[in-house]
Amino acid sequence: MEGLFDFEDYGALLGLVENSLIAAALLGVVGGLVGVFVQVRDMQFAVHGISELSFAGAAAALLLGGSVALGSVLGSVLAAALIGGLGVRARDRNSVIGVLMPFGLGLGVLFLSLYDGRAANKFGLLTGQIVAVDTVRLGWLVGVSVVVLVGMAVLWRPLMFISVDPEVAAARGLPAGALSVAFTLLLGLAVSLAVQVVGALLVLSLLVTPAAAAFRVTASPVLAPVLSTVFAVVSAVGGILLALGSSIPISPFVTTISFAIYLVCRVVSARRRRSGWGSRTPDEVPAATPAAASIP
Amino acid sequence: MNTRSGDETSVTPAVGRGRRTVVATVRGVRSSGAMNSPASGPVLTLRAAGMSFGARVLWSGLDLELQPGEFLAVLGPNGAGKSTLLKAVLGQQPLTSGQLLIGGRGSGRGSDRVGYVPQQKSLDAATPLRARDLVALGIDGHRWGLRRRTAAERRRVADALEAVGATGYADAPIGLLSGGEQQRVRIAQALATDPDLLLCDEPLLSLDLRHQRAVAAMIDRRRRDHDTAVVFVTHEINPVLDLVDRVLYIANGGHRIGPPSEVLTSATLSDLYRTPVDVLNVRGRVVVVGTPDEPGGCSHHDLTPETAQQRTSGAA
Repeated sequence: MEGLFDFEDYGALLGLVENSLIAAALLGVVGGLVGVFVQVRDMQFAVHGISELSFAGAAAALLLGGSVALGSVLGSVLAAALIGGLGVRARDRNSVIGVLMPFGLGLGVLFLSLYDGRAANKFGLLTGQIVAVDTVRLGWLVGVSVVVLVGMAVLWRPLMFISVDPEVAAARGLPAGALSVAFTLLLGLAVSLAVQVVGALLVLSLLVTPAAAAFRVTASPVLAPVLSTVFAVVSAVGGILLALGSSIPISPFVTTISFAIYLVCRVVSARRRRSGWGSRTPDEVPAATPAAASIP
Repeated sequence: MNTRSGDETSVTPAVGRGRRTVVATVRGVRSSGAMNSPASGPVLTLRAAGMSFGARVLWSGLDLELQPGEFLAVLGPNGAGKSTLLKAVLGQQPLTSGQLLIGGRGSGRGSDRVGYVPQQKSLDAATPLRARDLVALGIDGHRWGLRRRTAAERRRVADALEAVGATGYADAPIGLLSGGEQQRVRIAQALATDPDLLLCDEPLLSLDLRHQRAVAAMIDRRRRDHDTAVVFVTHEINPVLDLVDRVLYIANGGHRIGPPSEVLTSATLSDLYRTPVDVLNVRGRVVVVGTPDEPGGCSHHDLTPETAQQRTSGAA
């Protein structure tokens, strides 16, 4: 382990990655909140699918000399539009994703192999990088985050309603299809943020694991997103802080922290259930009496 | 204002081509009818309403005036168009012909004057909502943007849970509740906006006898205390037999409407099914024997082993 970590110049390094830390914290907030609905709507597979197309977009931008941030946003929004538009029902959605995902990954590999720039850039798209996020890129990340956060705030309650209780929500006039497309687009934006920080392969660790962990320990509609956000921020920022002192990419640290949080939450929830979480005072249903119904 | 006591609302003949016309009167006198609903006219009006998919006619010429506080059970085999009738009332499925009015006005989507208890589907165990939150969504789930629920809204949620006896598990995760408990919470949700009309789609399905009676009694109390009209789709009439005012029996593209004593008879159902059908009254339960087993058709109203057996032997 000795060669792995070196915290000697830590203070100096910290100053260099200030922008990256801000980006990671933002990503944590966005990922934690969006992750709540990834969980509720069962869209983990969609996250993975979108991230592969986002990767293809970023790789194309790298090849063409454009902005990687813009490329990854375009890639994931395109994927989100296809997924949201073609598959509102879970089954359709999954097959659309299954078709798109390998295609996106293949395109990305093609673009990367044509690219003859720095190898670290290529690797970074897949596994994340903490190369100093410059101010322009940070501006992008902040802008996209604000769009996602505002969108989530507007959609939150109706989206929760239609996700957990689709029949009643539709009966109250909520548009299931439009909400699904709108959320998938926001999800696409969130994924493109994550691709730039943790890389395409490990996006799930910030968009799925934190919310899954939070759902283990709370059913409160307020506490669940709060915990999910805290878990995601701790994973992303903690991952960068650990990666700083090492020569390894950021993603193993991020994934390990978020996985550890998940494990702890599972243990806590197993204990709580054993001691009767969700238990209730006995209901007062009268014992069944034979119906004295009859018709002449 | 009590507009209903002793009323003699005659129900329009059920089927036009009919060899037999059923004219029914609403059982008007109610023992404890606290009338606090402003609605005085019919809550739900159907005039010559018809629904068909292509050449397949589910029902046609359906005339119905549902009064405040009235309890209508909708019976019929699977695929007869019972749930489609609810969809039409909810404004999700336009009528093929005729007219549908809610509270005297055309139905639009998403009215909070109509409460809806959908066919039971258990909620995912990891749903991040407590029973209380699901009920609250019934009040403000369709509103955009973030907002804090007012004290009055929180009290309405608590009252709705109290009314269905779910206060004890109001803060339990909804996904961890049993089927019967979830069903109570759903009814609380549907009633939280104090609707004039409550639509229930098979609310007793997969509940045991004890919970069936509890849920039925809960709905019955509601319509008596708050004058909420109830449309209750079921394939199992017995748990609500002594509660319903009228029965709408849909089968074979036709229908009969009237009090249970007139509709649930061998003569009426034989006429509707165009084949000999026996309606038996066994130990206070109604058992329908001999309905044709069409594809997708459910031919009995009672799934208790004894009657199922009886039916088999009767049909043989």
